[in-house]
Amino acid sequence: MRVKVFHVLQQIHKKKVCYLFLAPFFTLFFLFTVLPVLSAMGLSLTYYNVFELPVFIGLENYIRLFFYDDIFIKAFLNTLTMAMVIGPVGFLASFILAWMLTELNRGIRTALVVMLYAPSISGNLFLVWSLIFHGDAHGYLNSILLNMGFIEQPIQWTTNTRYMMGVVILVSLWMSLGTSFLSFIAGLQGIDLNQIEAGLIDGVRNRWQELWYIILPSMKPQLLFGSVMSITSAFSVGAVGAALCGEPSVDYAVHTIINHLNDHGFTRYEMGYACAISTILFFMMVTSNKLIHKVLRKVGT
Amino acid sequence: MSVLSDRSRFARSTFGNILNFLVLLLVAAFMVIPMIYTISNAFKPFNELFIFPPRLLVMNPTFDNFLGINSILRQSWIPLTRYVLNSVVVTGVGVLGQIIFASLAGFVLSKEIFPGRDFLNKIVVFSLMFSGNVTAIPNYIIFTKLGIINTHLSLILPAFCNSLGLFLMKQFIDQMVPESLLEAARIDGAGEFRIYLNVVMPLCKPAWLTLLIFSFQSLWSTAGGTYIYDEQLRTLPSALTTMIYGGIARAGVSAAVALLLVIPPTLTFILSQSNVLQTMASSGMKE
Repeated sequence: MRVKVFHVLQQIHKKKVCYLFLAPFFTLFFLFTVLPVLSAMGLSLTYYNVFELPVFIGLENYIRLFFYDDIFIKAFLNTLTMAMVIGPVGFLASFILAWMLTELNRGIRTALVVMLYAPSISGNLFLVWSLIFHGDAHGYLNSILLNMGFIEQPIQWTTNTRYMMGVVILVSLWMSLGTSFLSFIAGLQGIDLNQIEAGLIDGVRNRWQELWYIILPSMKPQLLFGSVMSITSAFSVGAVGAALCGEPSVDYAVHTIINHLNDHGFTRYEMGYACAISTILFFMMVTSNKLIHKVLRKVGT
Repeated sequence: MSVLSDRSRFARSTFGNILNFLVLLLVAAFMVIPMIYTISNAFKPFNELFIFPPRLLVMNPTFDNFLGINSILRQSWIPLTRYVLNSVVVTGVGVLGQIIFASLAGFVLSKEIFPGRDFLNKIVVFSLMFSGNVTAIPNYIIFTKLGIINTHLSLILPAFCNSLGLFLMKQFIDQMVPESLLEAARIDGAGEFRIYLNVVMPLCKPAWLTLLIFSFQSLWSTAGGTYIYDEQLRTLPSALTTMIYGGIARAGVSAAVALLLVIPPTLTFILSQSNVLQTMASSGMKE
Protein backbone atom coordinates (compact mmCIF):
# COMPACT_ATOMS: atom_id res chain seq x y z
CA MET A 1 0.00 0.00 0.00
CA ARG A 2 2.66 2.46 1.06
CA VAL A 3 4.76 1.50 -1.94
CA LYS A 4 1.79 2.18 -4.23
CA VAL A 5 1.12 5.62 -2.75
CA PHE A 6 4.79 6.43 -3.05
CA HIS A 7 4.75 5.30 -6.66
CA VAL A 8 1.76 7.54 -7.48
CA LEU A 9 3.38 10.51 -5.75
CA GLN A 10 6.54 9.87 -7.72
CA GLN A 11 4.51 9.80 -10.93
CA ILE A 12 2.81 13.05 -10.00
CA HIS A 13 6.13 14.65 -9.25
CA LYS A 14 7.61 13.47 -12.53
CA LYS A 15 4.63 14.81 -14.47
CA LYS A 16 4.21 18.04 -12.54
CA VAL A 17 4.35 20.10 -15.69
CA CYS A 18 1.16 18.33 -16.84
CA TYR A 19 -0.72 19.57 -13.83
CA LEU A 20 0.54 23.06 -14.54
CA PHE A 21 -1.08 22.85 -17.99
CA LEU A 22 -4.30 21.52 -16.53
CA ALA A 23 -4.52 23.93 -13.62
CA PRO A 24 -6.07 26.98 -15.33
CA PHE A 25 -8.93 25.07 -16.93
CA PHE A 26 -9.67 22.67 -14.12
CA THR A 27 -9.45 25.19 -11.29
CA LEU A 28 -12.27 27.14 -12.93
CA PHE A 29 -14.04 23.96 -14.02
CA PHE A 30 -14.23 22.69 -10.43
CA LEU A 31 -15.25 26.10 -9.20
CA PHE A 32 -17.99 26.81 -11.76
CA THR A 33 -19.21 23.34 -12.80
CA VAL A 34 -18.38 20.63 -10.26
CA LEU A 35 -18.83 22.69 -7.12
CA PRO A 36 -22.19 24.12 -8.32
CA VAL A 37 -23.63 20.67 -9.01
CA LEU A 38 -22.50 19.37 -5.61
CA SER A 39 -23.58 22.47 -3.72
CA ALA A 40 -26.97 22.42 -5.45
CA MET A 41 -27.47 18.92 -4.10
CA GLY A 42 -26.38 20.02 -0.64
CA LEU A 43 -28.38 23.24 -0.56
CA SER A 44 -31.47 21.45 -1.87
CA LEU A 45 -31.77 19.99 1.63
CA THR A 46 -31.84 23.42 3.25
CA TYR A 47 -33.83 26.60 3.53
CA TYR A 48 -31.51 29.30 2.16
CA ASN A 49 -32.25 32.88 1.17
CA VAL A 50 -28.65 34.13 0.56
CA PHE A 51 -28.89 36.67 3.42
CA GLU A 52 -29.04 34.19 6.30
CA LEU A 53 -27.11 30.96 6.78
CA PRO A 54 -28.74 27.85 5.25
CA VAL A 55 -30.91 25.83 7.65
CA PHE A 56 -31.07 22.06 7.20
CA ILE A 57 -34.65 20.90 6.51
CA GLY A 58 -34.14 17.42 5.07
CA LEU A 59 -36.28 16.48 2.10
CA GLU A 60 -38.87 19.17 2.74
CA ASN A 61 -38.10 21.03 -0.51
CA TYR A 62 -38.65 17.89 -2.57
CA ILE A 63 -41.83 17.05 -0.72
CA ARG A 64 -43.12 20.56 -1.32
CA LEU A 65 -42.20 20.34 -5.02
CA PHE A 66 -43.91 17.08 -5.75
CA PHE A 67 -46.90 17.26 -3.41
CA TYR A 68 -47.76 20.90 -2.78
CA ASP A 69 -46.49 22.84 -5.79
CA ASP A 70 -49.03 22.43 -8.60
CA ILE A 71 -47.13 24.83 -10.80
CA PHE A 72 -44.00 22.71 -10.53
CA ILE A 73 -45.91 19.61 -11.60
CA LYS A 74 -47.22 21.57 -14.57
CA ALA A 75 -43.70 22.78 -15.37
CA PHE A 76 -42.36 19.24 -14.99
CA LEU A 77 -44.93 17.83 -17.42
CA ASN A 78 -44.46 20.71 -19.86
CA THR A 79 -40.70 20.13 -19.84
CA LEU A 80 -41.17 16.42 -20.49
CA THR A 81 -43.61 17.10 -23.34
CA MET A 82 -41.27 19.59 -24.97
CA ALA A 83 -38.19 17.42 -24.49
CA MET A 84 -39.94 14.37 -25.89
CA VAL A 85 -40.81 16.25 -29.08
CA ILE A 86 -37.82 18.55 -29.49
CA GLY A 87 -35.17 15.98 -28.55
CA PRO A 88 -36.05 13.14 -30.94
CA VAL A 89 -37.36 15.35 -33.76
CA GLY A 90 -34.34 17.66 -33.54
CA PHE A 91 -31.96 14.73 -33.44
CA LEU A 92 -33.57 12.88 -36.35
CA ALA A 93 -33.95 16.04 -38.42
CA SER A 94 -30.27 16.84 -37.85
CA PHE A 95 -29.27 13.40 -39.07
CA ILE A 96 -31.67 13.11 -41.98
CA LEU A 97 -30.89 16.59 -43.29
CA ALA A 98 -27.17 15.95 -42.92
CA TRP A 99 -27.59 12.70 -44.82
CA MET A 100 -29.58 14.41 -47.57
CA LEU A 101 -26.82 16.99 -47.90
CA THR A 102 -23.91 14.56 -48.34
CA GLU A 103 -24.14 13.97 -52.03
CA LEU A 104 -24.76 17.52 -53.13
CA ASN A 105 -21.87 19.32 -54.69
CA ARG A 106 -19.64 21.35 -52.47
CA GLY A 107 -20.79 24.90 -53.12
CA ILE A 108 -24.49 24.18 -52.86
CA ARG A 109 -23.92 22.04 -49.79
CA THR A 110 -22.02 24.81 -48.03
CA ALA A 111 -24.74 27.33 -48.79
CA LEU A 112 -27.43 25.01 -47.45
CA VAL A 113 -25.39 24.17 -44.34
CA VAL A 114 -25.05 27.85 -43.52
CA MET A 115 -28.77 28.44 -44.03
CA LEU A 116 -29.83 25.44 -41.94
CA TYR A 117 -27.38 26.22 -39.16
CA ALA A 118 -28.12 29.96 -39.20
CA PRO A 119 -30.72 29.91 -36.37
CA SER A 120 -28.17 28.35 -34.04
CA ILE A 121 -25.60 31.00 -34.87
CA SER A 122 -27.87 33.89 -34.23
CA GLY A 123 -28.87 33.08 -30.66
CA ASN A 124 -31.25 35.89 -29.87
CA LEU A 125 -32.87 36.12 -33.26
CA PHE A 126 -35.64 33.86 -32.01
CA LEU A 127 -37.08 37.04 -30.52
CA VAL A 128 -38.14 37.91 -34.07
CA TRP A 129 -40.71 35.13 -33.83
CA SER A 130 -42.57 37.29 -31.32
CA LEU A 131 -43.27 39.72 -34.16
CA ILE A 132 -44.27 36.90 -36.48
CA PHE A 133 -46.65 35.43 -33.90
CA HIS A 134 -47.89 38.81 -32.71
CA GLY A 135 -51.49 38.55 -31.56
CA ASP A 136 -53.06 41.41 -33.54
CA ALA A 137 -53.64 41.75 -37.27
CA HIS A 138 -50.17 43.26 -37.70
CA GLY A 139 -48.54 40.04 -36.60
CA TYR A 140 -46.93 38.64 -39.70
CA LEU A 141 -48.56 35.22 -39.60
CA ASN A 142 -51.98 36.60 -38.68
CA SER A 143 -51.91 39.10 -41.51
CA ILE A 144 -51.05 36.41 -44.04
CA LEU A 145 -53.81 34.12 -42.80
CA LEU A 146 -56.32 36.99 -42.69
CA ASN A 147 -55.38 38.09 -46.14
CA MET A 148 -55.74 34.63 -47.60
CA GLY A 149 -59.08 34.21 -45.88
CA PHE A 150 -58.11 31.27 -43.68
CA ILE A 151 -59.18 33.09 -40.53
CA GLU A 152 -61.52 35.98 -39.83
CA GLN A 153 -60.09 37.08 -36.50
CA PRO A 154 -56.43 37.38 -35.60
CA ILE A 155 -55.30 34.42 -33.49
CA GLN A 156 -53.67 35.09 -30.11
CA TRP A 157 -50.78 32.71 -30.78
CA THR A 158 -48.88 33.49 -27.63
CA THR A 159 -51.71 33.89 -25.11
CA ASN A 160 -54.25 31.29 -26.23
CA THR A 161 -53.37 28.08 -24.42
CA ARG A 162 -54.40 26.04 -27.46
CA TYR A 163 -51.49 27.33 -29.52
CA MET A 164 -48.77 28.29 -27.04
CA MET A 165 -47.13 24.89 -26.67
CA GLY A 166 -47.08 24.44 -30.43
CA VAL A 167 -45.51 27.84 -30.98
CA VAL A 168 -42.75 27.23 -28.41
CA ILE A 169 -42.00 23.78 -29.82
CA LEU A 170 -41.89 25.11 -33.37
CA VAL A 171 -39.46 27.89 -32.47
CA SER A 172 -37.31 25.49 -30.44
CA LEU A 173 -37.18 23.07 -33.36
CA TRP A 174 -36.21 25.98 -35.55
CA MET A 175 -33.10 26.27 -33.38
CA SER A 176 -32.43 22.56 -33.07
CA LEU A 177 -30.00 22.07 -35.95
CA GLY A 178 -27.00 22.86 -33.80
CA THR A 179 -23.75 21.21 -32.84
CA SER A 180 -25.10 17.71 -33.47
CA PHE A 181 -26.07 18.68 -37.02
CA LEU A 182 -22.49 19.84 -37.73
CA SER A 183 -21.12 16.68 -36.17
CA PHE A 184 -23.32 14.52 -38.41
CA ILE A 185 -22.32 16.38 -41.57
CA ALA A 186 -18.66 15.97 -40.69
CA GLY A 187 -19.13 12.31 -39.78
CA LEU A 188 -20.95 11.52 -43.02
CA GLN A 189 -18.24 13.18 -45.07
CA GLY A 190 -15.59 11.15 -43.32
CA ILE A 191 -17.08 7.76 -44.12
CA ASP A 192 -14.60 5.45 -45.75
CA LEU A 193 -15.62 4.86 -49.37
CA ASN A 194 -13.89 1.49 -49.35
CA GLN A 195 -16.32 0.34 -46.71
CA ILE A 196 -19.21 1.29 -48.94
CA GLU A 197 -17.71 -0.61 -51.84
CA ALA A 198 -17.12 -3.61 -49.61
CA GLY A 199 -20.76 -3.44 -48.62
CA LEU A 200 -21.73 -3.45 -52.27
CA ILE A 201 -19.83 -6.68 -52.80
CA ASP A 202 -21.39 -8.17 -49.67
CA GLY A 203 -24.82 -7.65 -51.16
CA VAL A 204 -26.05 -4.26 -49.99
CA ARG A 205 -28.74 -3.57 -52.53
CA ASN A 206 -30.08 -0.07 -51.97
CA ARG A 207 -29.53 3.22 -50.19
CA TRP A 208 -31.59 2.16 -47.20
CA GLN A 209 -29.52 -0.95 -46.60
CA GLU A 210 -26.40 1.09 -47.10
CA LEU A 211 -27.66 3.54 -44.49
CA TRP A 212 -28.56 0.87 -41.94
CA TYR A 213 -25.69 -1.60 -42.36
CA ILE A 214 -22.78 0.66 -43.23
CA ILE A 215 -23.37 4.34 -42.55
CA LEU A 216 -25.14 4.19 -39.19
CA PRO A 217 -22.72 1.76 -37.53
CA SER A 218 -19.71 3.78 -38.59
CA MET A 219 -21.43 6.97 -37.42
CA LYS A 220 -22.01 5.64 -33.93
CA PRO A 221 -19.55 7.94 -32.15
CA GLN A 222 -21.11 10.99 -33.80
CA LEU A 223 -24.61 9.72 -33.04
CA LEU A 224 -23.68 9.40 -29.37
CA PHE A 225 -22.23 12.88 -29.28
CA GLY A 226 -25.21 14.30 -31.18
CA SER A 227 -27.68 12.67 -28.82
CA VAL A 228 -25.96 14.25 -25.84
CA MET A 229 -26.16 17.68 -27.44
CA SER A 230 -29.81 17.20 -28.49
CA ILE A 231 -30.99 15.88 -25.15
CA THR A 232 -29.27 18.59 -23.16
CA SER A 233 -30.78 21.35 -25.25
CA ALA A 234 -34.21 19.69 -25.40
CA PHE A 235 -34.45 19.91 -21.62
CA SER A 236 -33.20 23.49 -21.62
CA VAL A 237 -36.23 25.16 -23.16
CA GLY A 238 -37.24 28.13 -21.07
CA ALA A 239 -36.04 31.34 -22.62
CA VAL A 240 -38.12 30.81 -25.77
CA GLY A 241 -41.38 30.47 -23.86
CA ALA A 242 -40.52 33.38 -21.60
CA ALA A 243 -39.69 35.66 -24.52
CA LEU A 244 -42.67 34.75 -26.69
CA CYS A 245 -45.42 34.07 -24.16
CA GLY A 246 -44.24 36.08 -21.17
CA GLU A 247 -43.12 34.92 -17.76
CA PRO A 248 -45.25 33.54 -16.26
CA SER A 249 -47.16 32.49 -19.38
CA VAL A 250 -50.95 32.43 -19.46
CA ASP A 251 -52.22 29.54 -17.34
CA TYR A 252 -48.57 28.38 -17.11
CA ALA A 253 -49.15 26.70 -20.47
CA VAL A 254 -45.47 26.83 -21.48
CA HIS A 255 -43.96 27.16 -18.01
CA THR A 256 -40.93 24.85 -17.81
CA ILE A 257 -38.65 23.63 -15.04
CA ILE A 258 -36.15 26.30 -16.04
CA ASN A 259 -38.76 29.07 -15.75
CA HIS A 260 -39.72 27.70 -12.35
CA LEU A 261 -36.07 27.62 -11.32
CA ASN A 262 -35.55 31.24 -12.33
CA ASP A 263 -38.75 32.29 -10.63
CA HIS A 264 -37.89 30.77 -7.25
CA GLY A 265 -34.16 31.43 -7.43
CA PHE A 266 -33.73 34.85 -8.96
CA THR A 267 -37.09 36.45 -8.22
CA ARG A 268 -37.93 35.06 -4.77
CA TYR A 269 -34.42 34.21 -3.53
CA GLU A 270 -35.61 30.80 -2.30
CA MET A 271 -32.22 29.34 -3.12
CA GLY A 272 -32.69 26.04 -1.31
CA TYR A 273 -35.91 25.42 -3.17
CA ALA A 274 -34.36 26.48 -6.48
CA CYS A 275 -31.40 24.17 -5.85
CA ALA A 276 -33.82 21.27 -5.38
CA ILE A 277 -35.26 22.12 -8.81
CA SER A 278 -31.71 22.30 -10.27
CA THR A 279 -30.94 18.89 -8.82
CA ILE A 280 -34.08 17.38 -10.35
CA LEU A 281 -33.21 18.91 -13.72
CA PHE A 282 -29.68 17.54 -13.42
CA PHE A 283 -30.93 14.00 -12.85
CA MET A 284 -33.50 14.29 -15.65
CA MET A 285 -30.81 15.27 -18.13
CA VAL A 286 -28.23 12.72 -17.02
CA THR A 287 -30.70 9.81 -16.80
CA SER A 288 -32.14 10.42 -20.25
CA ASN A 289 -28.63 10.68 -21.67
CA LYS A 290 -27.66 7.35 -20.13
CA LEU A 291 -30.88 5.73 -21.37
CA ILE A 292 -30.43 6.96 -24.93
CA HIS A 293 -26.82 5.80 -24.93
CA LYS A 294 -28.02 2.30 -24.13
CA VAL A 295 -30.42 2.43 -27.08
CA LEU A 296 -27.93 3.91 -29.53
CA ARG A 297 -25.37 1.23 -28.77
CA LYS A 298 -27.72 -1.22 -30.45
CA VAL A 299 -27.92 0.72 -33.73
CA GLY A 300 -26.88 -1.28 -36.76
CA THR A 301 -26.04 -4.43 -34.80
CA MET B 1 -23.00 22.52 -63.44
CA SER B 2 -24.51 19.48 -61.86
CA VAL B 3 -25.97 19.69 -58.40
CA LEU B 4 -24.47 16.35 -57.48
CA SER B 5 -20.87 15.62 -56.66
CA ASP B 6 -19.22 12.56 -58.18
CA ARG B 7 -19.45 10.82 -54.80
CA SER B 8 -22.88 9.39 -55.50
CA ARG B 9 -22.90 5.67 -54.87
CA PHE B 10 -26.35 4.36 -55.49
CA ALA B 11 -27.65 6.61 -58.20
CA ARG B 12 -30.94 8.08 -57.10
CA SER B 13 -33.57 8.55 -59.74
CA THR B 14 -33.76 12.04 -61.17
CA PHE B 15 -37.08 12.40 -59.44
CA GLY B 16 -35.46 11.38 -56.16
CA ASN B 17 -32.74 13.93 -56.61
CA ILE B 18 -35.16 16.73 -57.31
CA LEU B 19 -37.31 15.74 -54.34
CA ASN B 20 -34.26 15.58 -52.08
CA PHE B 21 -33.17 19.02 -53.16
CA LEU B 22 -36.66 20.52 -52.87
CA VAL B 23 -37.11 19.26 -49.32
CA LEU B 24 -33.74 20.71 -48.31
CA LEU B 25 -34.62 24.01 -49.94
CA LEU B 26 -37.97 24.13 -48.15
CA VAL B 27 -36.43 23.51 -44.73
CA ALA B 28 -33.70 26.04 -45.46
CA ALA B 29 -36.35 28.60 -46.38
CA PHE B 30 -38.12 28.00 -43.07
CA MET B 31 -34.82 28.51 -41.25
CA VAL B 32 -34.00 31.83 -42.90
CA ILE B 33 -37.44 33.46 -42.92
CA PRO B 34 -36.86 35.24 -39.57
CA MET B 35 -33.49 36.33 -40.89
CA ILE B 36 -34.95 37.79 -44.08
CA TYR B 37 -37.77 39.38 -42.12
CA THR B 38 -35.18 40.99 -39.84
CA ILE B 39 -32.98 42.23 -42.64
CA SER B 40 -35.85 43.76 -44.52
CA ASN B 41 -37.41 45.29 -41.39
CA ALA B 42 -34.10 46.89 -40.53
CA PHE B 43 -34.22 48.84 -43.79
CA LYS B 44 -37.93 49.66 -43.79
CA PRO B 45 -38.95 53.30 -43.38
CA PHE B 46 -41.37 53.95 -40.52
CA ASN B 47 -44.53 54.04 -42.66
CA GLU B 48 -43.70 50.74 -44.36
CA LEU B 49 -43.69 48.92 -41.04
CA PHE B 50 -47.40 49.63 -40.67
CA ILE B 51 -48.62 48.66 -44.11
CA PHE B 52 -51.42 46.18 -44.03
CA PRO B 53 -50.93 43.43 -44.96
CA PRO B 54 -47.25 43.62 -43.93
CA ARG B 55 -44.74 42.79 -46.62
CA LEU B 56 -41.79 40.49 -46.22
CA LEU B 57 -39.51 42.56 -48.42
CA VAL B 58 -38.69 46.23 -48.15
CA MET B 59 -39.75 48.63 -50.95
CA ASN B 60 -37.87 51.85 -50.19
CA PRO B 61 -34.83 50.88 -48.10
CA THR B 62 -33.52 53.47 -45.64
CA PHE B 63 -30.84 53.69 -42.97
CA ASP B 64 -33.15 55.56 -40.57
CA ASN B 65 -33.52 52.61 -38.24
CA PHE B 66 -29.80 52.34 -37.68
CA LEU B 67 -29.65 56.05 -36.89
CA GLY B 68 -32.70 55.60 -34.68
CA ILE B 69 -30.95 53.10 -32.40
CA ASN B 70 -28.90 55.76 -30.73
CA SER B 71 -31.68 58.28 -30.26
CA ILE B 72 -33.87 55.67 -28.55
CA LEU B 73 -31.03 54.49 -26.36
CA ARG B 74 -30.08 58.05 -25.44
CA GLN B 75 -33.35 58.32 -23.56
CA SER B 76 -32.09 55.60 -21.24
CA TRP B 77 -28.72 57.42 -20.90
CA ILE B 78 -26.72 54.53 -22.25
CA PRO B 79 -25.39 54.98 -25.78
CA LEU B 80 -25.27 52.05 -28.18
CA THR B 81 -21.48 52.20 -28.23
CA ARG B 82 -21.42 51.30 -24.54
CA TYR B 83 -23.38 48.09 -25.15
CA VAL B 84 -21.18 47.25 -28.12
CA LEU B 85 -18.02 47.89 -26.10
CA ASN B 86 -19.24 45.64 -23.27
CA SER B 87 -20.05 42.89 -25.75
CA VAL B 88 -16.67 43.23 -27.43
CA VAL B 89 -14.81 43.02 -24.10
CA VAL B 90 -16.79 40.04 -22.80
CA THR B 91 -16.59 38.19 -26.12
CA GLY B 92 -12.95 39.02 -26.86
CA VAL B 93 -11.55 38.05 -23.47
CA GLY B 94 -13.87 35.05 -23.12
CA VAL B 95 -12.99 33.61 -26.53
CA LEU B 96 -9.26 34.09 -26.06
CA GLY B 97 -9.25 32.54 -22.60
CA GLN B 98 -11.31 29.58 -23.70
CA ILE B 99 -8.95 28.78 -26.57
CA ILE B 100 -5.84 29.04 -24.41
CA PHE B 101 -7.20 27.14 -21.40
CA ALA B 102 -8.84 24.41 -23.46
CA SER B 103 -5.83 23.82 -25.68
CA LEU B 104 -3.39 23.67 -22.75
CA ALA B 105 -5.54 21.14 -20.92
CA GLY B 106 -6.58 19.30 -24.10
CA PHE B 107 -2.98 18.74 -25.16
CA VAL B 108 -2.01 17.18 -21.83
CA LEU B 109 -5.19 15.11 -21.51
CA SER B 110 -4.66 13.73 -24.99
CA LYS B 111 -0.94 13.05 -25.10
CA GLU B 112 0.37 12.53 -21.57
CA ILE B 113 -0.13 9.69 -19.15
CA PHE B 114 -0.34 10.72 -15.51
CA PRO B 115 -2.35 9.88 -12.40
CA GLY B 116 -5.89 11.26 -12.61
CA ARG B 117 -6.08 11.51 -16.38
CA ASP B 118 -8.92 9.04 -16.87
CA PHE B 119 -10.90 10.66 -14.09
CA LEU B 120 -10.56 14.12 -15.64
CA ASN B 121 -11.49 12.85 -19.10
CA LYS B 122 -14.56 11.11 -17.73
CA ILE B 123 -15.74 14.09 -15.74
CA VAL B 124 -15.46 16.36 -18.79
CA VAL B 125 -17.55 14.02 -20.95
CA PHE B 126 -20.04 13.63 -18.11
CA SER B 127 -20.43 17.38 -17.79
CA LEU B 128 -21.60 17.56 -21.42
CA MET B 129 -24.71 15.75 -20.29
CA PHE B 130 -26.23 18.68 -18.43
CA SER B 131 -26.61 22.30 -19.41
CA GLY B 132 -25.62 25.52 -17.71
CA ASN B 133 -29.17 25.88 -16.42
CA VAL B 134 -28.38 23.31 -13.75
CA THR B 135 -25.51 25.37 -12.40
CA ALA B 136 -27.14 28.79 -12.80
CA ILE B 137 -28.45 29.14 -9.25
CA PRO B 138 -25.43 27.79 -7.33
CA ASN B 139 -23.18 29.83 -9.61
CA TYR B 140 -25.09 32.93 -8.64
CA ILE B 141 -24.26 32.18 -5.01
CA ILE B 142 -20.62 31.41 -5.85
CA PHE B 143 -20.26 34.62 -7.86
CA THR B 144 -21.69 36.56 -4.94
CA LYS B 145 -19.25 34.97 -2.49
CA LEU B 146 -16.35 35.66 -4.84
CA GLY B 147 -17.49 39.25 -5.26
CA ILE B 148 -17.69 39.01 -9.04
CA ILE B 149 -21.44 39.30 -9.33
CA ASN B 150 -22.42 42.29 -11.46
CA THR B 151 -19.03 42.32 -13.18
CA HIS B 152 -18.05 41.07 -16.60
CA LEU B 153 -15.99 38.36 -14.91
CA SER B 154 -19.21 36.51 -14.07
CA LEU B 155 -19.75 36.05 -17.83
CA ILE B 156 -16.12 35.57 -18.80
CA LEU B 157 -14.77 33.10 -16.22
CA PRO B 158 -17.34 30.34 -16.82
CA ALA B 159 -16.58 30.62 -20.55
CA PHE B 160 -12.92 29.89 -19.78
CA CYS B 161 -13.81 26.41 -18.55
CA ASN B 162 -16.36 25.38 -21.19
CA SER B 163 -16.31 21.60 -21.28
CA LEU B 164 -17.53 21.29 -24.88
CA GLY B 165 -14.53 23.38 -25.94
CA LEU B 166 -12.10 21.16 -24.07
CA PHE B 167 -13.79 18.01 -25.36
CA LEU B 168 -13.56 19.09 -29.02
CA MET B 169 -9.97 20.22 -28.57
CA LYS B 170 -8.89 16.98 -26.93
CA GLN B 171 -10.63 14.83 -29.54
CA PHE B 172 -9.01 16.77 -32.34
CA ILE B 173 -5.53 16.42 -30.81
CA ASP B 174 -6.16 12.68 -30.32
CA GLN B 175 -6.69 12.22 -34.03
CA MET B 176 -4.65 14.91 -35.71
CA VAL B 177 -1.40 15.24 -33.73
CA PRO B 178 0.85 12.23 -34.32
CA GLU B 179 2.83 10.89 -31.34
CA SER B 180 5.97 10.62 -33.46
CA LEU B 181 6.04 14.35 -34.08
CA LEU B 182 5.98 15.09 -30.36
CA GLU B 183 8.70 12.49 -29.80
CA ALA B 184 10.87 14.11 -32.45
CA ALA B 185 10.42 17.50 -30.84
CA ARG B 186 11.37 16.06 -27.44
CA ILE B 187 14.55 14.53 -28.87
CA ASP B 188 15.40 17.94 -30.27
CA GLY B 189 15.24 19.17 -26.69
CA ALA B 190 11.97 21.06 -26.78
CA GLY B 191 10.17 21.46 -23.45
CA GLU B 192 6.47 20.83 -23.01
CA PHE B 193 5.52 24.46 -23.48
CA ARG B 194 7.58 24.78 -26.66
CA ILE B 195 5.93 21.65 -28.03
CA TYR B 196 2.52 23.07 -27.17
CA LEU B 197 3.27 26.37 -28.83
CA ASN B 198 5.25 25.28 -31.88
CA VAL B 199 3.90 21.82 -32.68
CA VAL B 200 0.43 21.34 -31.22
CA MET B 201 -1.10 24.76 -31.72
CA PRO B 202 -0.24 25.11 -35.42
CA LEU B 203 -1.59 21.61 -36.11
CA CYS B 204 -4.79 22.38 -34.22
CA LYS B 205 -5.75 25.48 -36.10
CA PRO B 206 -9.11 24.02 -37.22
CA ALA B 207 -9.92 23.09 -33.61
CA TRP B 208 -9.19 26.46 -32.11
CA LEU B 209 -10.96 28.22 -34.96
CA THR B 210 -13.97 26.07 -34.10
CA LEU B 211 -13.74 27.01 -30.44
CA LEU B 212 -13.45 30.60 -31.53
CA ILE B 213 -16.66 30.33 -33.53
CA PHE B 214 -18.64 28.45 -30.88
CA SER B 215 -17.59 30.64 -27.99
CA PHE B 216 -18.01 33.76 -30.09
CA GLN B 217 -21.56 32.68 -30.92
CA SER B 218 -22.51 32.01 -27.34
CA LEU B 219 -20.77 34.98 -25.70
CA TRP B 220 -21.91 37.48 -28.32
CA SER B 221 -25.50 36.46 -27.62
CA THR B 222 -25.16 36.51 -23.82
CA ALA B 223 -27.38 39.15 -22.30
CA GLY B 224 -25.92 38.85 -18.81
CA GLY B 225 -29.36 38.13 -17.42
CA THR B 226 -29.35 37.74 -13.70
CA TYR B 227 -25.63 38.04 -13.14
CA ILE B 228 -25.38 41.65 -14.27
CA TYR B 229 -27.83 44.26 -13.11
CA ASP B 230 -26.11 47.57 -13.83
CA GLU B 231 -27.47 48.81 -17.14
CA GLN B 232 -24.11 50.29 -18.16
CA LEU B 233 -22.45 46.86 -17.79
CA ARG B 234 -25.01 45.08 -19.93
CA THR B 235 -24.28 43.73 -23.38
CA LEU B 236 -25.77 44.26 -26.82
CA PRO B 237 -28.39 41.47 -26.60
CA SER B 238 -29.99 43.12 -23.59
CA ALA B 239 -30.40 46.32 -25.63
CA LEU B 240 -32.15 44.21 -28.25
CA THR B 241 -34.49 42.67 -25.70
CA THR B 242 -35.46 46.11 -24.42
CA MET B 243 -36.31 47.23 -27.95
CA ILE B 244 -38.20 44.12 -29.01
CA TYR B 245 -40.57 44.62 -26.09
CA GLY B 246 -41.40 47.99 -27.65
CA GLY B 247 -43.56 45.94 -30.05
CA ILE B 248 -44.29 46.61 -33.69
CA ALA B 249 -43.70 50.36 -33.32
CA ARG B 250 -40.04 49.66 -32.75
CA ALA B 251 -39.81 46.72 -35.11
CA GLY B 252 -37.52 48.64 -37.46
CA VAL B 253 -35.06 49.71 -34.82
CA SER B 254 -35.02 46.36 -33.07
CA ALA B 255 -34.38 44.68 -36.40
CA ALA B 256 -31.43 46.99 -36.90
CA VAL B 257 -30.01 45.97 -33.51
CA ALA B 258 -30.70 42.32 -34.27
CA LEU B 259 -28.68 42.63 -37.47
CA LEU B 260 -25.74 44.02 -35.53
CA LEU B 261 -26.00 40.93 -33.34
CA VAL B 262 -26.32 38.40 -36.10
CA ILE B 263 -23.88 39.56 -38.75
CA PRO B 264 -20.52 39.12 -36.96
CA PRO B 265 -20.99 35.49 -35.84
CA THR B 266 -22.62 34.53 -39.14
CA LEU B 267 -19.74 35.96 -41.15
CA THR B 268 -17.11 34.22 -39.03
CA PHE B 269 -18.99 30.95 -39.40
CA ILE B 270 -19.21 31.25 -43.18
CA LEU B 271 -15.52 32.07 -43.41
CA SER B 272 -14.36 29.15 -41.31
CA GLN B 273 -17.06 26.54 -41.79
CA SER B 274 -14.66 24.09 -43.42
CA ASN B 275 -12.46 24.22 -40.31
CA VAL B 276 -15.48 23.67 -38.11
CA LEU B 277 -16.53 20.60 -40.09
CA GLN B 278 -12.99 19.26 -39.96
CA THR B 279 -13.05 19.57 -36.17
CA MET B 280 -16.50 18.09 -35.80
CA ALA B 281 -15.32 15.02 -37.71
CA SER B 282 -13.45 13.99 -34.58
CA SER B 283 -16.26 14.93 -32.20
CA GLY B 284 -17.53 11.37 -31.85
CA MET B 285 -17.87 9.71 -28.44
CA LYS B 286 -16.57 6.26 -27.63
CA GLU B 287 -19.48 5.23 -25.37
